[in-house]
Amino acid sequence: MLSIKNLQAKVEDKQILKGINLQVNAGEVHAIMGPNGSGKSSLASVLTGRENYEVTDGEVIFDGKNLLELSPEDRAREGVFLAFQYPIEIPGVSNINFLRTALNEIRAYHNEPPMEAKEFLRLTREKQKLVEFDAKLTNRSLNEGFSGGEKKRNEIFQLAMLNPKLSILDETDSGLDIDALRIVSNGVNKLRSDKNAFIVITHYQRLLEYIVPDFVHVLYDGRIVKSGTKELALELEEKGYDWIKEPATTASVG
Amino acid sequence: MINAIKMTTTTSLYDQFIALYREKEKVQDNRWLTSIRDTAFESFSEKGFPTTKMEEWRFTNVAPFLKEDFRLQPGGTSSLLRQNIIPSLDAYEIVLKNGMLNEDVSIPGVKVTPLRTALKNDDLKTYLGKHTPLKKNPFAALNTAFFENGIVIETEKNAIGDKPLHITHVYYAEEAVFIQPRILVIAHRGSKIEIVESVTVIGDKPLFVNSVTECYVAENAQVDQYNLQIAPANAHLVHFNQVVQQGNSLYNNYNYILPDAALVRNNLHLDLNGSNTESHLFGLYLAGNQQLTDIHTTVNHLFPNCFSNELYKGVLLDNSRSVFSGRIYVAQDAQKTNAFQQNNNILLSNKAIVDSKPQLEIFADDVKCSHGSTVGSINKEALFYLHTRGIGEIAARNLMVQAFAFDVTNKIQIPAVREYIEKRIIHKMAEAYD
Repeated sequence: MLSIKNLQAKVEDKQILKGINLQVNAGEVHAIMGPNGSGKSSLASVLTGRENYEVTDGEVIFDGKNLLELSPEDRAREGVFLAFQYPIEIPGVSNINFLRTALNEIRAYHNEPPMEAKEFLRLTREKQKLVEFDAKLTNRSLNEGFSGGEKKRNEIFQLAMLNPKLSILDETDSGLDIDALRIVSNGVNKLRSDKNAFIVITHYQRLLEYIVPDFVHVLYDGRIVKSGTKELALELEEKGYDWIKEPATTASVG
Repeated sequence: MINAIKMTTTTSLYDQFIALYREKEKVQDNRWLTSIRDTAFESFSEKGFPTTKMEEWRFTNVAPFLKEDFRLQPGGTSSLLRQNIIPSLDAYEIVLKNGMLNEDVSIPGVKVTPLRTALKNDDLKTYLGKHTPLKKNPFAALNTAFFENGIVIETEKNAIGDKPLHITHVYYAEEAVFIQPRILVIAHRGSKIEIVESVTVIGDKPLFVNSVTECYVAENAQVDQYNLQIAPANAHLVHFNQVVQQGNSLYNNYNYILPDAALVRNNLHLDLNGSNTESHLFGLYLAGNQQLTDIHTTVNHLFPNCFSNELYKGVLLDNSRSVFSGRIYVAQDAQKTNAFQQNNNILLSNKAIVDSKPQLEIFADDVKCSHGSTVGSINKEALFYLHTRGIGEIAARNLMVQAFAFDVTNKIQIPAVREYIEKRIIHKMAEAYD
């Protein structure tokens, strides 16, 4: 589904990604861990086409298409979804109007007619229930006055509504209490299938107790320095990141 | 020689008005009205039409709009119009044709009288032209010297309106016309009235409307005025609205300007003539094409314990230009004043220009006042967020403009009016990026 080869990117003059290689297949969940400033969120930004990130080398192929050549909206329409670490508040745009616009823009891209109002309502109800999203938040302004947990739940609700092929969860666990974490994780687990894939970016192993990954990668200084299975996350929890940093530093010096 | 040419081109409309006033049949006016008109005329003849040398008109040059060969005092017309441009608005409907009311209107608790008839009543002299600063406002002075048509809206004491009063101004511009309607609103003690005004233009020749509204809000009364200025490109709307509030009164003004009137210039002046008054001023100008919109507001806090709040939002497209000039004046006696003012603008075109000039003049020492002004573009983070959900450039901008306007559209208390304005915004934005 997603094939990242030697991806390098910079912001202004600072090299942030220094050659990332990653293969994600349908049905898989990949966790990306690493210390602060290692490039985890930058990877999410580059994959979704955020401004200011300049790709200097490498390629990203998503379902046979060169992802890096597409506009952010076309990447989304092709099926890439980013759950934001800090979802934006947009007062005056109702959640529901926003979702309807998004859904219909994606449908138009695939030459499908706008969704019938009745069908949209049915889908909204169904997905709300699935991810335990409070119905009264649906009609409010997008994320306005939402608590941290409500915002994250809204991200997962949007994910459920838009049904992307590849979902990138950027530190979705940050700022969540244990109940919110459980609800968000349950939502994701219900949405997992053999047709979609998830990249879960997280700082802590805690989230991975709820969303169990098939692979764990450690990002450090713009590179994936270690890959393994879910046991790697436990090892990191126990030992911290320092033992990972050592060889990377040595390698770059050598 | 050169001077002579200049005189004939730039002062011709002025000259026409001067001549017209001298010829004018004045016998039909009461003595008090003649005296008001003479003073106003003197002031206009002295100043002439405003130029950009006047501080209040620095950013708005009206000269190019006054070059037409206007018919100056067109009468009403008998052709009927029964179309309501605001769908599903449940209101008492009044149609003014070129400012003229043809039929009597009966509304519970409210007397609506054609101006001509009402002027026979000497009581009007307490109100008409009493507070409007004519000396400083040549257009208002011109209207005062010449107005023929308009209406007087007078509520009964303690009458609470059950439905809004909707005034549709129909202007006939099958030839170039210069129309000067006058509206007087008297809300007596304890009464409440909502007035919605909208514009319909028939014909595509230059139309210049120089209107004056005077609104008196007595003690414990409430007046809500909605001014919806949506007109075609041949329309030029210059409007002066003088509001006088007595103690414990509430006044709300809602002003929405959308394309395409070539010129909209509004002066909204509030004199807070008693204690414990409350005033809200909300406005939106969404300017497109070559449009020039110009809002001048003044809130005069003259007594203690009054509250005023003003929020104007501007969205500028294409080659449009907007001016916002808001002044809050707090007199020495007006202690415990709470006065707030905010003007936010977004520019969606490199060619659009906005001039924003918030002003505070405070002479009391125990007050809470603030003002602020911003000019910017759409929040890029928010745009990116919308893009990551598959929403393209046009749809994302439209959503963001709706969101930006929301702070002033959500203040509209009449659902049908709110829906109408929101739809017009969406429609205009969709058109803008076609």
